[in-house]
Amino acid sequence: MRSFEYASPTTKEQAAALLGKSWEDAAILAGGTDLIAAMKDNVVYAKRVVDIKGIKDLHNLTATAAGLRIGALVTLEELQAHPRIGQEFVGIAQAAAGVTSPQIRNRGTVGGDLCQRPRCWYYRSGYGLLARDKNGKPLVPDGENRYHAILGNGGPAYFVNPSSLAPVLIALGAKVRLYSASGPREVPLEQFFVSPRNDNDRENVLKPNELLTEIVVPAGVRRTATYEVRQKESLDWPLAAASVSLEMIGDRVTKARVVLGHVAPVPWRAPEAEKELAGKTINADTALAAGKAAVGEARPLSQNAYKIQLARVAVKRALLKAALGGA
Amino acid sequence: MPDYRWPEPGTTSLIGKRISRLDGPAKVTGGAKYTYDLKRPGMLYAKVLRCPYAHARIVSIDTSAAEKLPGVEAVYVVQEANMEIHWEGDDIVAVAAVDEPTAEDAVGLIKVEYEQLPHLVKEEDLSKIRDRGKPANEQIVGKPEEAFQEPGTVILEGYYGTAVVTHCCLEAHGNVAEWEGENLTVYPSTQAVERVGAQFAETLQIPATNVRTLMQYVGGGFGSKVAVDRWGKAVAMLAKKTGKPVKLMLERKPEQMVAGNRPSVYAKVRLAAKKDGTLTGWESESWSTGGVAGGGSPPMPYVWQIPHQRKLHTAVSVNAGSARAWRAPNHPQGCYVTMCAIEDMAAKLQMDPLDLLLKNIALTGERSELYHKQLLKAAELMEWKKRWHPRPDQTPGPVKQGLGLSIHTWGGRGHNSDCRITISRDGSVELSMCTQDLGTGTRTVVAIVAAETLGLPVEAIKLNIGDNRLPRSGASGGSTTVGGVSSSTRRAAVNALEQLFAKAAPDLGVSPEELEATGGQIRAKSDPSKSLTWKQAAGKLGETPISVMGQNPGPQGSPDLISSGVGGAQMADVSVDTETGIIKVNKIVAVQDCGLIIDMKTAESQCYGALIMGIGYTLFEERVMDEQTGRMLNPNMEFYKLAGFSDIPELIVHMWTDAEQQKRGVIGLGEPPTVSPGACIANAVTNAIGVRVPTLPLTPDKVLAALEKGGMA
Repeated sequence: MRSFEYASPTTKEQAAALLGKSWEDAAILAGGTDLIAAMKDNVVYAKRVVDIKGIKDLHNLTATAAGLRIGALVTLEELQAHPRIGQEFVGIAQAAAGVTSPQIRNRGTVGGDLCQRPRCWYYRSGYGLLARDKNGKPLVPDGENRYHAILGNGGPAYFVNPSSLAPVLIALGAKVRLYSASGPREVPLEQFFVSPRNDNDRENVLKPNELLTEIVVPAGVRRTATYEVRQKESLDWPLAAASVSLEMIGDRVTKARVVLGHVAPVPWRAPEAEKELAGKTINADTALAAGKAAVGEARPLSQNAYKIQLARVAVKRALLKAALGGA
Repeated sequence: MPDYRWPEPGTTSLIGKRISRLDGPAKVTGGAKYTYDLKRPGMLYAKVLRCPYAHARIVSIDTSAAEKLPGVEAVYVVQEANMEIHWEGDDIVAVAAVDEPTAEDAVGLIKVEYEQLPHLVKEEDLSKIRDRGKPANEQIVGKPEEAFQEPGTVILEGYYGTAVVTHCCLEAHGNVAEWEGENLTVYPSTQAVERVGAQFAETLQIPATNVRTLMQYVGGGFGSKVAVDRWGKAVAMLAKKTGKPVKLMLERKPEQMVAGNRPSVYAKVRLAAKKDGTLTGWESESWSTGGVAGGGSPPMPYVWQIPHQRKLHTAVSVNAGSARAWRAPNHPQGCYVTMCAIEDMAAKLQMDPLDLLLKNIALTGERSELYHKQLLKAAELMEWKKRWHPRPDQTPGPVKQGLGLSIHTWGGRGHNSDCRITISRDGSVELSMCTQDLGTGTRTVVAIVAAETLGLPVEAIKLNIGDNRLPRSGASGGSTTVGGVSSSTRRAAVNALEQLFAKAAPDLGVSPEELEATGGQIRAKSDPSKSLTWKQAAGKLGETPISVMGQNPGPQGSPDLISSGVGGAQMADVSVDTETGIIKVNKIVAVQDCGLIIDMKTAESQCYGALIMGIGYTLFEERVMDEQTGRMLNPNMEFYKLAGFSDIPELIVHMWTDAEQQKRGVIGLGEPPTVSPGACIANAVTNAIGVRVPTLPLTPDKVLAALEKGGMA
């Protein structure tokens, strides 16, 4: 790890003032479960580390009739344990519980979960976010791509978005509030994530001088669920995940949102699956049909065709879990 | 001559009981200090510049900028210009500085120019290894061709393999080195306190008497920590150059890349059997790698002495960190290939594999009767006959359940060991030997043997280990420690008692031969009323304490307190989600013999640990190499996956402890129970889903591919 300057502001205004014009100027430290490791591996470097844990109002988690307001510093454990979330937004609690390490749930924050860098092992080995060798050749297509993208993988990005919470939050229509010295802005979470097109792009729209302060989840009567396919029960990255949000009349779906995780450079909204579900009753057949529709456009790389099956199953099981309360 | 024999079965007060490890409290409270924890006064920290290429020649090294960095105290070039580097992560230059960040910054300032050379880092696909394979001579036993052509012979063809896995020591490799004049003190993290002391002397070309090695606790070795290594020499040289203590511990990344791994094996197998299940012929073409040196053949067919065999093995040289002994070297690989092929043969013959094993049990040689009994015991504990079903599980739903089995063997004869026991006039007992406790419970078994022999509680024994100035005792590898140290301790304790009896006998009015030590007393065997407390007896000693040695093997080798050759049977119960390819181990039964057991609790712990390690290499662990860049992609604990608590199922360990075993004396146990898990879990998976997933680890992609290929998806 290279030396850096450490700053610990107590307001978001102070924090924004400490950020810089480029990513190398400053990095934001919340739980640190990703940033510290990435800095130790020399994957991320910043002259200044801005520790935002001292900003009190970013720790707030409030549930009102309008919905949820989740401060960026709320931990995954706090999120999972919150009674309202367990009742009305169970898909969020399930997603947080999928981080099967009490240490990381207690340390890791919601903002950090959304802003963590991709886990692509070429990126983490120093080949850049787009994983190219020194001649510019992409390493993923002919390389070890068992964990890489099956959707949105036409290049140049092949990594998968690592967030546990993004799929369910997008399924719920969440927005994120960003703050910089020029003031706040609000972005639908779905538009927060982008697939980088070149070496200067990042995997989200956050600018070097901005911090993510809050997640706003609108209220509504929905059934939600998250299903992750993980090889290990202990801490492990999902191979594929799906979150669903269903608005229903009786046992019929009036409106569905289906979002896949860990399958594409961004959390992957699956409108084909959503259409498939409209007007339907959820059962094994309709759930599977939606799963199939969700991966209809998937194209495997050389080693990851299995992830198409896993994504299909994740959607199916998330739907059954949401509708029937079981897997 | 004193009677060194072990107490008769059933007469012991400590040996064979369930005794908690003596260093448990120190470990769980953080009181136990590992090399990683040490901080010597004025200590410097060393970091190593490592080669980023799998194969390269060093053209030039420029350390001038690093040397000028404030805080840097010494630079040591490990491998000079013009040297050829054969794997990523190999040590090039080591730097000592006042703190870790400065050392790391200095490493970043070193300029090394490399000429990159062609590399090969993957070995499973033989068509892509170019000229990197070295076939060994074909091995023939009996008349394999005739065996396979015999009319009525059933032939099974299969492909099986296990990936390279790493040791994953929780405490990385490394040392603290400190000079005082011509004398070097090293605090290593090692399985061989004495041996590495001698190696440091040889490496540095200084007298062996000038090197002191000290270590009380080690955070895992598994076979990978028995040598000084390049980084060991480097830290000693940096300490010499600076005149200060220097610490050099590997970071996780190099720990995974260069500090040891278990060779792979891949094998195409043909197995011949008569229709009644009698195994008659084995043919295998196998290959493996253990790094640039290639990899030898594991023992195949493993355990089963099939009468007719033809074997061809190719060692593949790859540019990746070198193999080291990994818990039961070569056995898990040989066991996996053999036991999977036999299980597949049973399925082909529509036989219960347990019946097929029992039918052929004579092929296991002198242990066959015991294997037979152990298989039946394991079957009882698993309810095999009630629960086993032919392939696949026919019950509805995506989750399929299955059972699998395997057997294994190991040697485990105790190494040379010297033990000194000192009894002082105040009754205190001190026991000294240069052994080390890898976490296996060596401290505890030594204390148990001494305490049992002297008739004292284990707490009465003060132990000195982990110091090469103590009486020699071998390296802890190959399951050799418990036999060595328990034998030398028994002999030393009996020798000590003989002297104590001689001092106590006159007071009690009996001859020394009539005395026994039990329950903290020295008393006449025939008349327990004639007794002295331990303290009273010791009080008869003069100014000079009793200080005696015991040796394994001693000048009088007889009686042999130890033995060699153990085995066991394991059975696994798994569930496979056929929609996701994810495997859950529900239960493993392990039946294991190992002669006379000193501490039942730590013996069982060895088995638990071995099964957990086995689940890891069977389901999760794999060194992932990238052929394009020549690099290891998962040198971390994130994508190099180990079993966590939630992945560990019900584990049933049954130690085989009949009187016959107890009479065999002490035999090592560290390795054998880790041999079978790969085969028994994989066989259970095959039983569940009806198709073989050929290679370990059994990851979801491979499970789904096997299901698809088998038309089961």
